[in-house]
Order: sequence, then structure tokens, then C-alpha cells
Amino acid sequence: MAFIAKTFVQLLDGMLVSVEIFLLTLLFSLPLGLLVAFGKMSKFKPLKWLVSIYIAIMRGTPLMLQLIVVYFAPYYVFGIKISQAYRFIAVIIAFSINYAAYFAEIYRAGIQSVPVGQYEAATVLGFTKTQTFFKIIFPQVVKRIIPPVTNETITLVKDTSLAFVIAVAEMFTIAKEISAGTASVAPLMAAGLFYFIFNYVVAFIMELIEKKFSYYKI
Amino acid sequence: MTDILLDLKNIRKRFDDVTVLEDISLQVHKGEVVSIIGPSGSGKSTLLRCATMLTDIDGGEITYLGENVAKTVNGKVEYASKNDLKRARQYYGLVFQNFNLFPHYTVLKNITSAPMTVLHKSKAEATEKAMELLTKLGLGDKANNYPGELSGGQQQRVSIARALAMEPKVLFFDEPTSALDPELTGEVLKVIKELAAEHMTMIIVTHEMLFAKEVSNRIIFMEGGYIVEEGKPEDLFSSNNARIQDFIGRISG
Ligand SMILES: Nc1ncnc2c1ncn2[C@@H]1O[C@H](COP(=O)(O)OP(=O)(O)O)[C@@H](O)[C@H]1O
Ligand SMILES: [Mg+2]
Repeated sequence: MAFIAKTFVQLLDGMLVSVEIFLLTLLFSLPLGLLVAFGKMSKFKPLKWLVSIYIAIMRGTPLMLQLIVVYFAPYYVFGIKISQAYRFIAVIIAFSINYAAYFAEIYRAGIQSVPVGQYEAATVLGFTKTQTFFKIIFPQVVKRIIPPVTNETITLVKDTSLAFVIAVAEMFTIAKEISAGTASVAPLMAAGLFYFIFNYVVAFIMELIEKKFSYYKI
Repeated sequence: MTDILLDLKNIRKRFDDVTVLEDISLQVHKGEVVSIIGPSGSGKSTLLRCATMLTDIDGGEITYLGENVAKTVNGKVEYASKNDLKRARQYYGLVFQNFNLFPHYTVLKNITSAPMTVLHKSKAEATEKAMELLTKLGLGDKANNYPGELSGGQQQRVSIARALAMEPKVLFFDEPTSALDPELTGEVLKVIKELAAEHMTMIIVTHEMLFAKEVSNRIIFMEGGYIVEEGKPEDLFSSNNARIQDFIGRISG
């Protein structure tokens, strides 16, 4: 019994780390994705190309590899000794720039799906470009992108487990350790249940947000 | 102060290698209602888009209330400064064929947002004006609805109210009833006729020949990027020009 309780507490610690990775990644990647989307839609060709290459790399290579590169880069590129604390930071950096690329494409599709007549109406009424974007376009974009963003966030919940490759003590890493130490798959099963519940909560919250935006039809 | 509210001179507009507007000149006086008719593809919408600065002209001159906003110097079009353009935009409004209402705003907010954002009116003042307009256009009970909950005719009336809330000197309409079911066009045309009776200056692109004849001081027939003929409704409708006779016969038929 004590063993089960101890396992549970350890997993809970790991779970908190997973939740932290999840929330921090969203916090950074959602706004960053919007900036990247602007870059991709820029009329300034060099910026557009640079951003296109960045998105292609982020989407075309495994997140696990990106994580390893971000983690070891300071040492191999700058010769800086990698500190213990950097592990977690590396996870947040790698996840944020990876997810920003995916969110950028979602934003871009969302922005381009708003009819051009919305821009024209706002322009003729005298709105500036910034006012048009933030008052008229962006609120409509948010409504349109909730379903694809929900898909990405659910993938992100599961992706947090990739942090184990650089030994960040998130839930999966801990479950694997306990499992190896006790020759039992129960901790892994428990971790699976945690991810399931986590995703359930995320889906529920996204549904609430979607409802909040259902007050009007497009 | 001139009473010429809009002065378009030798407007030219090209898309890649097709010249849509060859040479269009048009003066609109205060209180005038001018209808523009012509076959589809003749450049009517493009002309309105040039006049409302939604698209840049490739030649010619645009002047509102004596204030020049675009002119051609040595074959190159020069637009006025950002500030001048901003002021000029307040002289006109545009009603679109498919309304282009803001779907995420209530009817009321559709009408108050520009006066508050652009003219910096207080919420109370903007709301009072909006309710006055809605009541006048028979939509007093729709203030808190969203555009998606209204019929096409109601939406178009809201978009007219949205334009009027900015108190434009000139109001452009681009086929305001073309997206409506026939039974809904009447309520929109009625509103425009009421505005004409109040001497609102309007430039209306339309396919509704009877309406154009009734409401306009002047009708312009456009084709191939030129104004082929213009004149009083009765003169234009009895024109000897075979193209015009043919067009009017086809449209009214
Ligand atoms: N953005 C554009 N790019 C290229 N061609 C255009 C564009 N807008 C309009 N045109 C062309 O210009 C011509 C006139 O169009 P338009 O002004 O919409 O005519 P109308 O309103 O009289 O039907 C058409 O041949 C149309 O295909
Ligand atoms: Mg047209």
C-alpha cells in the first residue's frame, strides 16, 4: 500500500512537470505563432523565405531530434557547459518554436479564410490596418481556428512525454524509471491514465471556449 | 466652397495587361443621385473601388470637396498624404453588394464601431445615433441581433445604416440589391429612395432599371471602360444608341 502511495506521489510530481511544459509551451507558442504567420505572409520576400524554411524544418523533422539539438547546442556551438536547470528550459524552447510553426500555419489559414470584403468594409469606414486586424479580422480568425488548435493542444499533451529524451522528470520519465526499478508495467499504465485524463480536461476546456464563440454564425 | 463633391478626371485602371477603365471622368454635385448602368464586366465595380480608394488608379485625378486625393504627374499617380487620405475617407461611404457586415458584432455594434473607433465619438453618442438610424430604417428591434440572424434585406439596410452613421457627404452603392431575393429588393430600394428624397448625394451601380429611372438625376451608361452616354433618365432611356437600347431592353425584359 505504501508503495502504491509512493508511486502515486512520484507520478503526481511528474504530472505537474508535464502540465508545466504544456502550459508554458502554449503561453509562448500561441503568440509566437502569430508573429511567424505574419512573417510567412509578409510581402518582404527574404523574411517570407526565411520563415518558410523555419516552418518546413520544424514540421519536417522529429520533435525529439529538435529537442536534442536545442539541448546540446549551447555546448557544441558555444562551448557552454550545460547546467541541470537548462534541461527544462531546453524543453520549453524546443516545444515553443516547434509548436509556433504549427500554430503559424493554422493562423495563416484562418486569416486567409476571412473574406476580403471584411477588410474592404473596415477600410472604407476608416479603420487603420491595425484596427482592422485586431477589431474585425482576428476575432473571426479565433473562432475559425478553434478546432485545429484543439487538435494541436491534444497532440501537445502527448508530446510532453518526449521530454524524457533529455531526462526531464516529467510524468513519463518517472513512470518509466519506477517501472524499470520494480519490473512492473503498472506505473506506465497509471501514467497512461493520467495522460488520458489530462487530455479529457483539455478537450473539455477547448469545448467551453468553442461554445463561448458560438454566439454568432460566420 | 464648391458644390462638386466628387470630381473624377480621366481615371484609368489596369489589371496586368487588361485595361478595365480607359478614361472615365465624372463630376457629382451636392444632392445629385447618379446611377451607373452597363453590362457586367464593364468596370462599374472597379470604378467605385477606385473612387473609394480600395484600389489604386493607374492614371487620372480624384478630388473630394475640392481636396485632391490623387493626381497624375508626368504619367505617375501620386496619392495625397496619409492624413489627407484619412480625412477624405470620411467624405464617402460604400454599400457593398454582399453587405460585408461584421458577423461577430451585433447590429448595433456594427453601426457604432466606426464612429467610436474612427471619429472618437462617445459610446452614448454613437449609440443614440445608431438607434435613430435603425428606427428610421425600420430595424429598431434588431439592435441586439447578429447579422447572421437577419434576412438579406435587413442586413443590407443595416449596412446602409452603418455607412450613414459616419455621416458621409457621398454614398456609393455597388449593386445593393443584386444579392437579394426579388421579394427583398423592394425594402432596400425604398430606403434608397427615401435618402434621395432627403437629397443625399448618391452614386448607385444598379441593374434595376425602373428604380434607376425613378430615383436618378442622371444615368451613366458604361461599356468597355468608357462612359458611352450619360444624361437625364428619360433622355438615356430614349437614346438612339443601339447598344444602350439593346442593354436596357435585355435587362428590363
Ligand atoms: N482584382 C482584379 N484582378 C484582375 N481583374 C479584375 C479584378 N477586378 C476586376 N477585374 C476585371 O475587370 C473587369 C471589370 O470588372 P468589374 O469592375 O467587376 O465589372 P462590373 O462591376 O461592371 O461587372 C472584369 O473583366 C474583371 O474580370
Ligand atoms: Mg460589379
